[in-house]
Amino acid sequence: MPVNNENWKPTIVAFCCNWCSYAGADLAGSSRLAYPADVKIIKVPCSCRVNPMFILRAFEKGADGVILCGCHPGDCHYSTGNYYARRRMTLLFSMLDYLGIEEGRTRVEWVSAAEGVKFSETMNSFVEKVRTLGPSVRLGDLRCKN
Amino acid sequence: MQKIGVFVCHCGSNIAATVDVKKVVEMAAKEQGVFHAEDYPYMCSEAGQSRIAAAVKEKGLTGIVVCSCSPRMHEATFRKAAERAGINPYMVEIANIREHCSWIHKDMTEATEKAVILMRAAVAKVHLNAPLMAGESRVTKRALVIGGGIAGIQTAIDIADAGYKVDIVEKTPSIGGRMSQLDKTFPTLDCSACILTPKMVEAASHENITIHTWSEVEKVSGFVGNFTVDIRKKARYVNMDKCTGCGVCQEKCPSKKPLNEFNRGLNTRTAIYTPFAQAIPNVPVIDANSCIKLKTGKCGICEKFCQVGAIDYTQKDEIITEQYGAIVVATGFDTIKLDKYGEYAYNESKDVITSLELERIMNAAGPTKGHLERLSDGKAPKEIVFIQCVGSRCSDDRGKPYCSKICCMYTAKHAMLIRDKYPDTNVTVFYIDVRTPGKNFDEFYRRAVEDYGVHYIKGQVGKVMPQADGSLLVQGVDLLDNKQILKKADMVVLATAIEPNPDVRKIATMLTASIDTNNFLTEAHPKLRPVESPTAGVFLSGVCQGPKDIPETVAQAGAAAVKVIGLLAKDKLKTNPCTAKSDELLCNGCSQCANVCPYGAITYEEKLINDHGIRRTSRVAVVNGALCQGCGACTVTCPSGAMDLQGFSNRQILAEVDAICR
Repeated sequence: MPVNNENWKPTIVAFCCNWCSYAGADLAGSSRLAYPADVKIIKVPCSCRVNPMFILRAFEKGADGVILCGCHPGDCHYSTGNYYARRRMTLLFSMLDYLGIEEGRTRVEWVSAAEGVKFSETMNSFVEKVRTLGPSVRLGDLRCKN
Repeated sequence: MQKIGVFVCHCGSNIAATVDVKKVVEMAAKEQGVFHAEDYPYMCSEAGQSRIAAAVKEKGLTGIVVCSCSPRMHEATFRKAAERAGINPYMVEIANIREHCSWIHKDMTEATEKAVILMRAAVAKVHLNAPLMAGESRVTKRALVIGGGIAGIQTAIDIADAGYKVDIVEKTPSIGGRMSQLDKTFPTLDCSACILTPKMVEAASHENITIHTWSEVEKVSGFVGNFTVDIRKKARYVNMDKCTGCGVCQEKCPSKKPLNEFNRGLNTRTAIYTPFAQAIPNVPVIDANSCIKLKTGKCGICEKFCQVGAIDYTQKDEIITEQYGAIVVATGFDTIKLDKYGEYAYNESKDVITSLELERIMNAAGPTKGHLERLSDGKAPKEIVFIQCVGSRCSDDRGKPYCSKICCMYTAKHAMLIRDKYPDTNVTVFYIDVRTPGKNFDEFYRRAVEDYGVHYIKGQVGKVMPQADGSLLVQGVDLLDNKQILKKADMVVLATAIEPNPDVRKIATMLTASIDTNNFLTEAHPKLRPVESPTAGVFLSGVCQGPKDIPETVAQAGAAAVKVIGLLAKDKLKTNPCTAKSDELLCNGCSQCANVCPYGAITYEEKLINDHGIRRTSRVAVVNGALCQGCGACTVTCPSGAMDLQGFSNRQILAEVDAICR
């Protein structure tokens, strides 16, 4: 549901692994690389800690986009965690797309601790994408609201 | 129900300039369960921490939220403060309103709104925090150093001198590394071998140091204090206990084709070889790819001539498994490949060489016995052009974006040595900038220009064109005179960018140490923890962390050693209590969690369970807290929702999600 309202602000939840992406976000911060304030980061030890349930809950509660950031393939602090995350999210995102939560509202991105620039660029492009898609109401609608 | 205190830090103006901290405090006070909220200019200061302690005492707080900088910065500080105030350190949560908020947003309203949301998420999480107790694990009092160059050698010696056992694993046949290939060192011009070989001997003869050359790290498991490492000792085909290093085998070996790696491929060596005269250990290896006996079964000359029967063609690679408490990476560097730099004609002309190749040419043990000669015709060059920043400070993807740091100085050194030894040879240097920050460095460069008459031209070279008469035509630009230059040269030397040893990627993956976009290993903090990797128990020494000259490498090697000694001096380490925990009532023993656990931390036990008054025996997952590193892979895999991660539980993360989306 795209909106014409310039002032509409999406709610974006970003899950970042402690070792790479959270540190990448810190580096983006200390390098003053701006991205929209709509992005709120939740720290998890590893991208594999992100249960699909968390993402469904975010959409249910009104998130307009959810992004999961982890270490690059092969660089996971726990060796294999990001591979599990990748498989789970591939499955989840295709299911969400089927449910009507467009592909553009979900993303997995690998950001290392040294990639402050990439973190900022990723968030900018992701927020931009979600803005074009407008508010996500699909999962909220599925639930009975009082 | 927790009684929560929210403490908002101004961080001077770092936070307060973009976030209305008073507003955050005001909003915090309205949150459910928040019994205390205040702001302070520097929460991390002694005074700030005392305010936390005072509030805990006065209001009987059970949970703390600090809205401040990244938890990577001060989480430990505030956890300790909480502990001193008498509450469990894991009852503290940080809302990162600096790196993730005030530093990236300019609009105060927007930043304040975001800070309030981050605060709420942290408050929501703390409500569900539970006190956690750190366990303890033992420390194996032995260190592993990967790489036997000057960085690795110095680290090993310093650790060994403190009384701890150290193993050096070096993949080439000898320790010594890049420094052993250098002829002279700047800015003193002392001979590299003369200052390095005593260190090599010291390492080899040290009672606490074991050196595994011709060996590679194969597998690493475990964690800080308790690493288990498989080391592949490659077949040397020479019995190290018997060999006396007499060198007869090398004289007699008929296979003389393989390129000599130590001399950068400028000449050849035999199939059985020691890389250089001062090699340690002074025991040759047989290069199985060029040995006639190993390839065809015929020959066996070295075996015939060996007086002590040290040659053993039946040797096989051997894997040894060792335990270590700490691991130091000192894998060093190589120069970049010049395939993408066709304009310098490196692959076309033998007289276009890299600086490291010049180093070997200038060295008395090198391919020309130290005589400065053109490799094409053996003539002495009369005009030499040095080109700086070949692949360094490069804006496109052909080269490296960083400054290789050592090239300005070694080029001044080369120019000076050439002018000193061959005064009738002209030396011209094309440079972008001359960078000489270092003790006695600029003085050294000035000497090259003023005393030795080295001709420096500010400008880049566009093309090197080999001519029919064997000379080279160098086309460049003089930026200060604003004119094109065409210069005839007999030899062109390229100050080639350095890059981390290509193997470092494999090693970083094994150690789960992080690596940056240029393949340099990332330090735990760029300023305050420069020799530690973010992975606990893994330390960095030398160029694997970033370009460095020898003095800096030695200094960092010592610093890494101190960190290792500090770790090995402890008998026990506190383990991370944020580990997985299985709910025995829900677990049905399906084994899926154990399948995804990278640490083998999950086992299954038959347990008698009291399920709401009904006693039953059930196979349930049990997590070994000492092995679990808290990644959480099992928690998502568990189909019955029995597995949860302490400190990052499902309910805690959902509470954060709810707080952000509400």
